[in-house]
Parts: sequence; structure tokens; C-alpha cells
Amino acid sequence: MTQLDGPSTIAAPVAADPDGGRRTPPVQQRTGRKVSIGRIVAWVAMGILLLITIFPFYWMLRTALSSNGALYANSSSLLPADFSWGGFERVFGLQTVDEAIEQGGSGAKIDFWRYLINSAIVATVITVFQVFFSALAAYAFARLRWRGRDLVFGVFLLSLMVPVIFTLLPNFLLVKQLGLIDTLLGIILPSMFMAPFAIFFLRQFFLNVPLEVEEAALVDGASKIRVFFNLIIPMSAAPIATISILTYMTAWNDYFWPLMVSYTDDSRVLTVALGSFRAQSPQGGPDWAGLMAATLIAALPMILLFAVFAKRIVNSIGFSGIK
Amino acid sequence: MPSRPSAGAGRGQRRPDDTKLALLFIFPAVIGLVLFYFWPLVRGIWLSFTSWDLLSPERFVGFDNYTRMFADPVFWNAIWVTLEYVVLNIGIQTVVALVIALLMQRLTQSTLVRGLILAPYLVSNVVAALVFFWILDFQLGIGNQLLEWVGLDRIGFFTTEEWAIPTIAAVNVWRHMGYTALLIFAGLQAIPQNLYEVARVDGASELRQFTGITLPLLRPILGLVLIISVIGSFQVFDTVSVTTSGGPVNASRVLQVYIYENAFAQFNFGYASALSVAMLAILVVVTFFQYRITRAGQTDLN
Repeated sequence: MTQLDGPSTIAAPVAADPDGGRRTPPVQQRTGRKVSIGRIVAWVAMGILLLITIFPFYWMLRTALSSNGALYANSSSLLPADFSWGGFERVFGLQTVDEAIEQGGSGAKIDFWRYLINSAIVATVITVFQVFFSALAAYAFARLRWRGRDLVFGVFLLSLMVPVIFTLLPNFLLVKQLGLIDTLLGIILPSMFMAPFAIFFLRQFFLNVPLEVEEAALVDGASKIRVFFNLIIPMSAAPIATISILTYMTAWNDYFWPLMVSYTDDSRVLTVALGSFRAQSPQGGPDWAGLMAATLIAALPMILLFAVFAKRIVNSIGFSGIK
Repeated sequence: MPSRPSAGAGRGQRRPDDTKLALLFIFPAVIGLVLFYFWPLVRGIWLSFTSWDLLSPERFVGFDNYTRMFADPVFWNAIWVTLEYVVLNIGIQTVVALVIALLMQRLTQSTLVRGLILAPYLVSNVVAALVFFWILDFQLGIGNQLLEWVGLDRIGFFTTEEWAIPTIAAVNVWRHMGYTALLIFAGLQAIPQNLYEVARVDGASELRQFTGITLPLLRPILGLVLIISVIGSFQVFDTVSVTTSGGPVNASRVLQVYIYENAFAQFNFGYASALSVAMLAILVVVTFFQYRITRAGQTDLN
């Protein structure tokens, strides 16, 4: 998270700083010391909250770089206990079974490369298809004229009310009937056609593309399909990027559905692999270093994604989070 | 191509003539909607009236699953455990998020701070659960070391009945508080600043400004945030599944976990579906009441 921008430049309508804090002398003169004490207390509170937020990430790293045996003797030093790459080596299957067991691993065959690749495939395919299909539908609801448009849109609105959790069991049965249990496609399928939220989100932006631009292209003889691909999509690149990032994160972090569908390494994604890694604790206590190395690997792509797109993600929350 | 007529009619009022293209455009989304939202809804309700183990064909059993459910102590326990979780999770989360949002409004608009506060939301529930499973480990967890240093007794956060649900609620507060704070923060930004200036000129205290301006004007946003997070909170599964798997005994066996066990450990899909219908009913009722409360909040805004 090093690429975060400094002071934000979003167009938040805060002309006057209410507390007279940052470099606004008049107010500070008026209430002088009282305000500054209040601000110190506020900063301390903020600092504590930030510490609570960030510390677990550091502790993950610190533990992952410790050697498992040393954690028992030295459970509280802020630096890694007896620095070692062993945790990572076990997670990627780079140690022999004997080595792994000796260092506190379970010795079970685990290969996080495999799960990492599975997760990447699932999240990428879901994102590409879901966003594209949702964009098509959003355009039909925003700009095409056809009978029953509002009615159908209303039906899509209803689907937001269906709790995802309720659909999981029947969807599992459907995927089973299709013979897709324990395949990546089985994990992907229910999410790849659309997401109600993505449709609403994109429709909102398509509605704001000026009609004149579109009409000018139509008068020039462009078809609506061309207008959509050559005009609407490029003009909406920013919201499409935002929804893609959010979709990718959701797909990457999903656990319940993949847990139902995947049974072997063929289709095991990272979240599910983490769950079973924790379940197969070796005798004599869990392989904490290995477990934290594994969680770090699962979290890292999201942290990197966030480091690059922090501003976009942060600013998307507020109008997108609330439907 | 369907586009021909619309190009011809470009000058006048355009007629509703995109039907073919529109059908093409919504086709994939409609497949998704019907196949993975509405069909499961119908099928789930139907399955709740059957007995089915996946091997033999399903058998209609009327209300048997429901009578069994209402007599099932584990079901009622799951309802109470889930409610306890939701109340703790939403209660703490909303207060903490409100505090963070107010602090951010007062102190900084920086994207760095907002980004850091959002960071836990980016990792999966599973990662959050495992990290805290380690931090709060009875023997080696730094959390318990900390308790010892300040002179308190160690706590079996995930291993004792009274602590399991509060701990799981707290883990999910950690993951979601930044996200919720940013939603509330966006609501705070929408409150006109001159209201505060007027109040200050009138000599209103900070507390008076908060209860008189911030809270009432924030109510609609807060209501929406609550609806979203309560619905999400009811569906808790991941955290419980990877840490306690419902234990100790039934102390953290939330409804989702019980549903999952019935379906995938005992292959009792009919009963699991009936439990899911109960969950659906609870969510519908909760959403309905929340909407009413939010509506009421909106009217006294003007």
C-alpha cells in the first residue's frame, strides 16, 4: 500500500473545515487551546483505530516469516521469531515431507500454486463475463427503447431481494445435474451471466452519457451496436473499471459457494484450501507459520490490487455501496 | 439489422423499435436471472416439502420438514445464536464505524487514511478469521499475551461457549468497520456545512450539534447502511466455518452452518431447504421492518 495518494482531491463539498483545524487561523484563535486538545484526543483515537486495522496484517507477515518451532518459545516479539522462509516453502510444496513434518507442518501434500491459479482463473472469468453481460443488459435498460423495458427491469430489481444464500443449495443441485461438480466452470457458472448490482451500477452511468453524443453517431449512420462498443463503453471506462475491480475482489474472496462445489485439487480455490489447511493440523499444534504464509498469499493479490487502485476503490464507496 | 429503422427515424421522436437488439442484449442476463436466481427460489421452496438424500428420487412429504423444524431444539438454538451474533456484530460495527466516520470528517480527508481503514474489507472472511484465530489463540496468541501483560486472565476466545459468538462478531466488525465507516462518511459529506456554522454562532455545543444536526440528517443513510449490513450479517457462515465450525457444542452453530451440515454432512436436502426457507422468511421480515423504520426516519427530515 505504498502508492496511495496523499490528500484526496475528490469533489467532496466541504468548503469550510468545520473544526477550523488545518491551517485556518481565525477559528483557532477563537477557541484556541480547547480545540487543539480535542484534536489531539481525536488523533490518538484515530491512531488506535488504525493500529487495530493494520496490526493483524503485520502479524500475519511476522508469523509467516518465523520458524514454527520458535513461535512456541517466543510468541510475542514484534520481529519474526527465528527468521525462516519455511512457512512459504511448505505452502508451495517446496519441502520434502520429512522436512515439513520436522518444521511443524502436517506433511500433507499442499500446493498453493495450484490454488492460486484456480482462484485467478475463477475470478478472471467471472469478472470478464459478468461485467460484459451486465453492461449489455444495463445498456438495454438505459438507452434502448422496447416494450416491457421497465417491467423487466423491475423483475431484475426483485432479484436483488433474493438472498444469495438461499440460492446456493438449489444452485448446487443444478450444477450437480449439469455434471459440473468439482470443476472450475461449476464455480464460475452461477456468477458469470450477470450480477443485479452490476447492472444497476452501470445503468446509472449509461443514463448519464449525453444523449446528443449518441444521436450524433446514429445520424452518421452508426448502428446501435457500434454506438455501444465504440462510444458508450469507452466513455464509461471508469465505472466499468470500478465494477470490474469490485467483482474481481468478490469472486476472489468467495468461500461458501466454492466450498460446496470443489472437492479435489482440480477445482480448489485459495479460500477453500485455506480452510482445509487449517483443519488438517498436525499432531502437537497447528503449523502457524505455514498457515499465516498461506493467508498472506491469499490476501496479497487483493492488497496489490488495492495498492494500485486504492483511490478508485475508496471513492467508489459512498454512491455505489448504497444502491 | 434492427438498427436500420432507428437510423431512419433519427430526426423525429424515436419509436420503440430496438426490441430485437434489446432482447439480444439482455439475453445472457436473463439466463442468469432465471437459471440462478428465480429457478433456485422456486426449487428451494419445493424442496422444503420433500425428503431427499440425492441418491433416491425426492419424495413429497408435505409439512413434515416444518413440523420437525419447529420441534428441533438445535434449530431454535441456531436462531438465537444467529440473533445474538447479528445484534453484537451490527451494534458494535455501527458505533465504531460512526466514530471512525466522525473522526475522519474532523481530522482528515486523506485517501491514505481512508485506504488503510478500508484494508481489512479487501481480504476474504477466511483470511480475517484465520488471522484472528492465531492472534487470539489461547496459548500463543499475541492477544492473550496482551491480556496477561495487563494483568488479566487468558481467554479461550474461540474455545469457550460464552466467548465464541462475541469473538466471531468482533472479527467481522474488524473486517467491515472501515467499509461501513466510508459509507457513513459519504453521508456526513452530504450534510450542508453552513448548518454547523449557524449552530456554532448560536453557541450550540459539540454534543448538541451532533444530536441536533448530524444524527437526524444522517438517519436515512444510516438506515440504508443498517439494512445492507443486517442482511449480510444474518448470512454469516465463513468465519464460523473456518474457526469453530459451530462449536463448542452448539455455541456458535449459526443457522447457515446448521443448514450446511444438514445438506452436506447428512445429505438431508429437504430439511436443509426448509431451514433455508426459515432464513428467507426471517430476512423478509427484517427487511420489511427496517424499511418501515427508515421511511419513518426520512419523513422527519424535512
